[in-house]
Amino acid sequence: MIQTKKLNFKYNDQAAFSFPDINLGKNENLLIIGSSGIGKTTLLHLLAGLLQSDSGSINLYGQDISKLTQYELDRFRGQNIGIVFQKPHFVNSLTVKENLQLAQYLGNKVSQGRIHDILSSLNILDKKNKNPKKLSQGEKQRACIAMAIVNSPKLILADEPTSSLDDENCDRVIKLLKKQASEFNAQLVVITHDNRLKKHFKKSIKL
Amino acid sequence: MNIFKLSIKNIISKPLSSILSLALLIFGIGIISLLLQLNSLIKTQMDNNLKGIDMVVGAKGSPLQLILSAVYHIDSPTGNISFEDAKKIKNNRMVGSSIDLLYGDNYKGYRIVGTEEKFLELYNAKIKKGRKWNNPLEVVVGSKIHTKLNISIDDELISSHGLRETGEQHSDQLFKVVGLLEPSNSVIDQLIVTSPESIWDLHDDHDHDEEHEHDHDEEHEHDHDDKEITAMLIKFKSPMNIIQFPRQINENTNLQAAVPSYEISRLFKLFGFGIETLTYLAYLIIIVSGFSLFINLFNSMRERKYEMALIRTLGSSRRQLSMMIIFESLILTTVGFFIGLLVSRLGVMFVSSLMEESLNYNLNAFGILNEELWLLVLSIFIGLISSIIPALQVYNLNISETLADE
Repeated sequence: MIQTKKLNFKYNDQAAFSFPDINLGKNENLLIIGSSGIGKTTLLHLLAGLLQSDSGSINLYGQDISKLTQYELDRFRGQNIGIVFQKPHFVNSLTVKENLQLAQYLGNKVSQGRIHDILSSLNILDKKNKNPKKLSQGEKQRACIAMAIVNSPKLILADEPTSSLDDENCDRVIKLLKKQASEFNAQLVVITHDNRLKKHFKKSIKL
Repeated sequence: MNIFKLSIKNIISKPLSSILSLALLIFGIGIISLLLQLNSLIKTQMDNNLKGIDMVVGAKGSPLQLILSAVYHIDSPTGNISFEDAKKIKNNRMVGSSIDLLYGDNYKGYRIVGTEEKFLELYNAKIKKGRKWNNPLEVVVGSKIHTKLNISIDDELISSHGLRETGEQHSDQLFKVVGLLEPSNSVIDQLIVTSPESIWDLHDDHDHDEEHEHDHDEEHEHDHDDKEITAMLIKFKSPMNIIQFPRQINENTNLQAAVPSYEISRLFKLFGFGIETLTYLAYLIIIVSGFSLFINLFNSMRERKYEMALIRTLGSSRRQLSMMIIFESLILTTVGFFIGLLVSRLGVMFVSSLMEESLNYNLNAFGILNEELWLLVLSIFIGLISSIIPALQVYNLNISETLADE
């Protein structure tokens, strides 16, 4: 369901990356591991359609995203891809619930029930009317996951979700991500330099 | 949730910085709208009081002063004219109707005018309580005065000589209140009206105490010799006479004739220059406010760069994100316009209270003028212009780079 072929991306002559091909079937999760500066974030941005590759192709669920216009790409991303960032970020003028509503509006998948389900599944339902700035780190991370899965994406991309966490929390977060992904029928692709995650994934690629 | 709501939330989440970025716009809109309001209010007030008066005749002097004193009752009269001379003009075939005016006294700063009953009709003033004057020293009191000074029927007023409160008091002769007027929204609201005889008697007694014994007829005879009036309001039979007749009077008699509509438009031209300068200054402030708004949007956009990138990753198109910035700017300027309008209304109230104290004039109107709708269009335009560059920058935001920077 996720296929990349001969992906190349070049910022300039010093920073040119070529990535190994990815082949991921239905319901398979993937860990992409690599040390800093090797183009991990670049690959994630290519997969998310935030960057356009110089050559090669990315096929997501039967759609070659390198052939989409900017507008179509934004739509496609909003509906099919959820991103969990390294540091949780929100629209700070909105409450947690309003952030999720915004994500739904932009992904064109408005449903009040789903916001409720996700927040209770992540155990932060009581925080829904709070400003995200006022949440604890753990709550922020969970709210961030809620943002990524609120539109029932087919693919969840996670960028270094555990790099700043201790072992215990690292375990907790990756389990949470996997649980949420399977619960809401999404594939999980984690990009990290964190070797602790290896044991959680059957399939992994080293950059 | 949608883009418009998001813009509103963005503004509300930073109320102080939003208001600050609008301060100049509010100021500029406030000044212009205040000037527009005052201009229109003063004009309506002035025009209201001009109705039915084609020409004013009085003593030689400044024509504007004659108009201000005899029509608006805010300046000193130019002097007195003889009753005989006035009568000659009255009898001219071009004159349709005329009203004599006599000044001499005031009560607590409010002028007491000796005049004919036609004066009440001129301003459409109706008696609210009591009756018109029948005998000398009976007065009818304008609505502003009786409400403010709490005067009722049968009160006796001690007048002071002249037009200022500080004049010598006529404590031997009291004016008796026989009628109270309804508000008429014209100068008569701030006048005390009586018969010409009241003023004549009062000052006659004053000047010639020994003539007390004269019987009424004799005194009447005597009137025709040296009685004076202060001014005369004249309406022509035909509007055509307005050109020729005043000139005749000014050239051939020792009286002065002035045409109120002409003098008032001259007055407006005089202080129109000041108003114009101030208006240009206010427009300049509005232009500067556009810059201030632009800088504010630009900065807040840079602060929220990561947020913008986030919104894009959530599936927002570039156009939606640019609209968010433009909406924010438009909402701000529209709100700024309305706050500016509110400020100008407070200004009108303030100026009105000042004018009421010094000139016994007040202004009150809270409608929206057509020119103010233009200010709304201008505000929206400023909002659009100042958001163009920030919106373009958001449109061209490199999401990948912004996210990687963090």
